[in-house]
Amino acid sequence: MIESNDLSKQYNNDFWAVDGVTINVQPGQILALLGQNGAGKTTTVRMLTALLTPTRGWARVGGYDVRKHPQEVRANVGVLTEQHGLYMRMTGAEYLDFFGEVYGLDAKTRKVRSDYMFEYFGLTEAARRRSGEYSKGMKQKLALARALIHDPAVLLLDEPTSAMDPESAQLVRNEISRLRSSKRTIIICTHNLAEAEALADTIAIIYRGKILLSGTLEELKRTVLGPVEYEAKFAHEFDMGELELPPGAVLADRSPTSLRFRVESPQDVNPKLVNALTSRNAPLVSFHEVPKKLEHVYLKTMADAQGVTYAA
Amino acid sequence: MRRNWDAIWLVARREFLDQFRDWRIIVPMFVLVSLFPFIADNTTRQAVNFMNRTGGGLILDRLIPFVVLVIGFFPLTFTLIVALESFVGEKERGTIEPLLSSPLDDRQMYLGKLLVGTVTPLIFSYGSVLLYLFLLARRSVEFPSVYMLTLILLLTFAHAVLMVSSAIVISVQATTIRAANLLASFVVVPVAFLLQGETFLIFWGDEGVLFYVVIGLTILSGLLIRLGLSHFKREYLLGREIDTLSFKTIGRMFLKRVTGNANSIFEWYTIEIPAMLRQLRRPLLIVICVAVITIAVSYAWVVTVTPEFIEITPARAQNVRNYLAENLGNLDVLNQNVPLPWLFLSNLRATVVFFVAGLVSFSTLGVTLFMVNMALIGGVLGGASLFNYSPVMVFVVAILPHGLFELTAVFISTAAVLNMGAVLVTPQPDRSMGEIFLLSLADWFRVLIGLVVPLLAVSSVIEVYVTPLIIKMAFPYL
Repeated sequence: MIESNDLSKQYNNDFWAVDGVTINVQPGQILALLGQNGAGKTTTVRMLTALLTPTRGWARVGGYDVRKHPQEVRANVGVLTEQHGLYMRMTGAEYLDFFGEVYGLDAKTRKVRSDYMFEYFGLTEAARRRSGEYSKGMKQKLALARALIHDPAVLLLDEPTSAMDPESAQLVRNEISRLRSSKRTIIICTHNLAEAEALADTIAIIYRGKILLSGTLEELKRTVLGPVEYEAKFAHEFDMGELELPPGAVLADRSPTSLRFRVESPQDVNPKLVNALTSRNAPLVSFHEVPKKLEHVYLKTMADAQGVTYAA
Repeated sequence: MRRNWDAIWLVARREFLDQFRDWRIIVPMFVLVSLFPFIADNTTRQAVNFMNRTGGGLILDRLIPFVVLVIGFFPLTFTLIVALESFVGEKERGTIEPLLSSPLDDRQMYLGKLLVGTVTPLIFSYGSVLLYLFLLARRSVEFPSVYMLTLILLLTFAHAVLMVSSAIVISVQATTIRAANLLASFVVVPVAFLLQGETFLIFWGDEGVLFYVVIGLTILSGLLIRLGLSHFKREYLLGREIDTLSFKTIGRMFLKRVTGNANSIFEWYTIEIPAMLRQLRRPLLIVICVAVITIAVSYAWVVTVTPEFIEITPARAQNVRNYLAENLGNLDVLNQNVPLPWLFLSNLRATVVFFVAGLVSFSTLGVTLFMVNMALIGGVLGGASLFNYSPVMVFVVAILPHGLFELTAVFISTAAVLNMGAVLVTPQPDRSMGEIFLLSLADWFRVLIGLVVPLLAVSSVIEVYVTPLIIKMAFPYL
């Protein structure tokens, strides 16, 4: 479990890199931390890893206070850093074995865990090669294997799939999902919004050290982009004149071949809407939710924060 | 303890592996180690032939220990490369963060890197010396004594630890390898001087002094290790990306520390200076104890040892008295020979020298110089006693009147130097080493302008105008 309250970090007595971050991630949950470069994501993760001491506020990671028990925090956390941080003159096997030993694993466990990691990430053949010879994606996989070698209860992953080919990225996402299923607490810092959308249970958008917005994807969509929109499409141009909408539905847009509605409570309103359309012999071919992506939420939030107009 | 050592060894082992796979380190090391003894052996042969022809036997005796020292030192130059790479190099390559995110504690990481930084160059260094001695054994030249050889090998060890520990201090504090390399000149230059001094001692042939050099270097290395450990902070390695030097900030911080919260000179003298003195209470007590012990030891040494060399006969004692009468008779016009400003500046210079010496040696050299001065007082009193003057009388009449102010000033100044050394090697998690250094400097400056300068000014006036009168009154026959 990861929880923090008013977590803040000031540099040089004047610049707040992180300002009042409050989060709560339960075991079996993934939080995606989104934000521009320099927004404070890495500083937040470093405080949660007990690498940086908070200037204000507190955080508990895996049940340990980052200030009072930094070593216990570090022992229970697996960190994938922004840079892969591999020792280029070590082979992959030596590298994992070294970090396994650092985390206090015995030789047998190290071997079992390393073999599993190499096999899972498709690195078995490269295990005896020096990591300096690896491709970017292989390096990223090895770094991720390092973060997982001690089977930590908490994972802090900075851009876990960057530099990976689509198959490898999918492999990593599957592994992250598996870890969630086995009740790991996970924070992912990423610029890959599709990945965040696919993996995260909750999402937090951080800007200039402050969390602007957090919640589930649905909550964020509703808060930022308003009620859910539904679109009715017609087979051909259709003039329905003045359509009387049921209560709870608002017409958002119309064209000769489609109508869009904003609906607060779809389960109550949508059947009435469909009835209203069919009763007027509308040539209805589809009635579906208009997809709203995390990207829209993110860009709109950022635009609002910067005081500029968001053009979807 | 076992677990601790395991973790240190784990860090060191990885570094060893890394080093021995880096041809840029290993190849030059092997070349240097295997080639240089042959060159040195050949040079020794030429030198031996030359000196045998020209009768330079004395120099010849000292030549081989000197060459051993030099051969042992060359591979040590690699300590800097290895040690400078240890933290800042890893930071630049991005490999430090996974290591810092691990449960290894600071001490384990630090000592692991210190171990590998010291041991690898030492292995090459001793290997090189052994090869040279082997080559030398084939020639009919006199080997250095076992004691001298041991001293030189110990010196080599002390050099390695000294260079590695100071380079690691730099590596932890610097943000880029470039900055670390520039800062490394603060290691190279003093070590070059040190080597020259040791060479002088070898040619002088004073093994006793060389032994004390080994002890001194070991203490200094220990202090440097302690300094590095106390200021090693994970946060420091990750918190800063670039070095910025703001004279404005430095000036403001310095001034703030010097003035404290005082709004006027009166407040400064009544609130800040007493607070500073309270802070210096313990070092002041230590300095006073050191002074008393040094004076007593020096006095006892002069009184007991001098007669072994010079017999104090009544005639000789009378000669000394006559000499004093001739030379100190014009004490009342002392100001003509020793102008007041000169005396004041000379005393002030001495306190500044104590400080500067203390600054580069964690206060040890500063305190040593202070002890030398105290030993002079003991020596003068011992000398007076040998010539039947009462040492108490001499102290009360010739030293105490101005010494009341001068000694107080020197004691306080030395206490500030001692405090600075202690502060530098004490962990202060909230401050960088640069800040601690600056604040220590400000503390000393506060003591200097607030107390030392006024006290030295008063003491100089008394020394020139009052002490001579008291001496003439107490010893009218002068």
